Amino acid sequence: MEKNLYGLIAEFDTAEQLVDAAREARDAGYTKTDACSPFPIHEMDEALGIKRSILPYLCLAGGITGLLSGLALTYFVHVIDYPIIVGGRPHFSLPSFIPPMYELTILCASFTAVFGMLFLNGLPRPYHPLFNVPRFALATREKFFLVIESEDPKFDYDAARGFMETLKAQEVFDVEE
Amino acid sequence: MQDLKEVQKRIYPPMVEGEHTYASVTDKISDVTLKKTTPFHWFIGFGIAFMIAQLLLFTVIWLLTKGIGIWGNNQPVGWAFDIINFVWWIGIGHAGTLISAILLLLNQKWRTSINRFAEAMTLFAVACAGMFPLLHTGRPWLAYWLFPYPNVMNVWPQFRSPLIWDVFAVSTYATVSLLFWYVGLIPDLATLRDRAKNKFFKFIYAALSWGWRGSARHWHRYELAYLILAGLSTPLVLSVHSIVSLDFSVSQLPGWHATFFPPYFVAGAVYAGFAMVLILCIPLRHFYKMQDFITHTHLVYMSKVMMATGFIVVYSYIMEAFFGWYGGSQYEWFMIKNRIWEGPYWYMYWLLLLCNGASIQLLWFKRFRESEYWLFLIAIVVSVGMWLERFVIIVTSIHRDFLPSSWGMYSPTMFDITMFTGTIGFFFTLIYLFVRFLPMISIFEVRTLLPAADVHGHQQDFEENVNEVEYTYDRTDPPNE
Repeated sequence: MEKNLYGLIAEFDTAEQLVDAAREARDAGYTKTDACSPFPIHEMDEALGIKRSILPYLCLAGGITGLLSGLALTYFVHVIDYPIIVGGRPHFSLPSFIPPMYELTILCASFTAVFGMLFLNGLPRPYHPLFNVPRFALATREKFFLVIESEDPKFDYDAARGFMETLKAQEVFDVEE
Repeated sequence: MQDLKEVQKRIYPPMVEGEHTYASVTDKISDVTLKKTTPFHWFIGFGIAFMIAQLLLFTVIWLLTKGIGIWGNNQPVGWAFDIINFVWWIGIGHAGTLISAILLLLNQKWRTSINRFAEAMTLFAVACAGMFPLLHTGRPWLAYWLFPYPNVMNVWPQFRSPLIWDVFAVSTYATVSLLFWYVGLIPDLATLRDRAKNKFFKFIYAALSWGWRGSARHWHRYELAYLILAGLSTPLVLSVHSIVSLDFSVSQLPGWHATFFPPYFVAGAVYAGFAMVLILCIPLRHFYKMQDFITHTHLVYMSKVMMATGFIVVYSYIMEAFFGWYGGSQYEWFMIKNRIWEGPYWYMYWLLLLCNGASIQLLWFKRFRESEYWLFLIAIVVSVGMWLERFVIIVTSIHRDFLPSSWGMYSPTMFDITMFTGTIGFFFTLIYLFVRFLPMISIFEVRTLLPAADVHGHQQDFEENVNEVEYTYDRTDPPNE
């Protein structure tokens, strides 16, 4: 076995097989696992034991930041820096400041959602060991892949390969780093 | 059992017709982008659109040379084609966001195959819309003055003004629409990366897809992000046209100063937008043979949405006239009379009723709803009608206000017309480029619609609420990192 082995992947034909295989891998005690599929499979989260992401909380924080910066901006402009009476309204005319605050809330929360998602996913990542397997190009087309990383504490090449071959996979590949 | 299946199929018609596998879906949609040969009809369409877009170039150059005096608007009609076209284009954009965000939250599966190009339509429509107010400032190179930034002039934008709300709303809308569209594209760009043979395009698609590999952990966060974006876009899209309508209703002018403007404008926007989606998707599905993905069911659903929003718009016309009479203000009542029968623009109002009110009555009948040709025709008529609506609201209100001594008439000049036509050409040029270089239908979402995507009887709707995942844990061991 080479030193620079990233892990093993098994190829499946259907989403159902992948979910079942992931469940078995989890039951067998593997923790450094992953599954790659051409579309999101909701059962996968439970099958692999993926924790719910903190992304929604980040977005909430982003939204609150946007709201407060909208408030700070309008307050600073119309009360502190350049107080001027327009349309007979008070300096701090909150109702008319709501639209800018509202839009900034949405803007900041959306940016957090998108870039937070990419950041938590570790993207951009142009190189990944999985791309070394030629068949893996089909993961964005029609095939389903289960990954067991060699960093898994329970990982033993022969045992893991033997385990993967019991999963009714199409084929099992070594992934080189 | 067979009967039950039939009934089920009538209530929930399949969203993908024909025998399709993941591979065939992928190939069918991505081949349009990846194939070396471009179909002949693309060149014809693109050529025409691109030539029309030159009118825009011509007008803008002349406008920058001469100033906005080349347009027909002048006192008392200070706002005319520039704002009519702005509102018209912004409105068209709204259907894209409605399809991608609101229908996602409402768990409507039929959005799946039309959301991609509807969102592209939103972006391009907003780009066209943005040009009008920018050029109407007269000095578009100083447009950044609209944004609050510390400057040596020591002045700030006026946050109490609806016009600055508009700047915030429209720029946020454009940004968030772009984000939403791009996030939806990432997995499909990865598909294109893995399928492209041309080195150059492979590199471009690889760079744009950020190294997406379809990992389950990535999908998990991806769906959350998408759902959050949908949740954020929904209030956003409603706020944008509401704020656009406040440009008018915050003023004191009869015909503009009305409390029902925000919902009226939003309904009109969705109405016009669905008309434009139909105008785009009927030829698209025909020329690119996408009938399996954009089925008759899709067209029928869209026509129904168009009809429903059309009735809201017609209801608003009735209410507008009723308030003018019931409100008891002589200026309001004069405005209604002037608009509908006494004024010089009365025929615009009746044309508007014909285009927006009468034309959709055909959609009551299955024959018209299910015919592509009729739908296409009605959609064009509705688009014209919505343009007339903005003309009626803006010009007939402003041309005769309180003082008869300051009444006037408005007629567009050649440059008003070339500018408007030019943006239409620009819009279709962008649509053609989009169809050629990016997948026009969301590939990965269509995959989830296939029966093969079911796992132990559970459908993989993308729309299914990811929150449900929490309750499906049936294990006591702690989740993995």
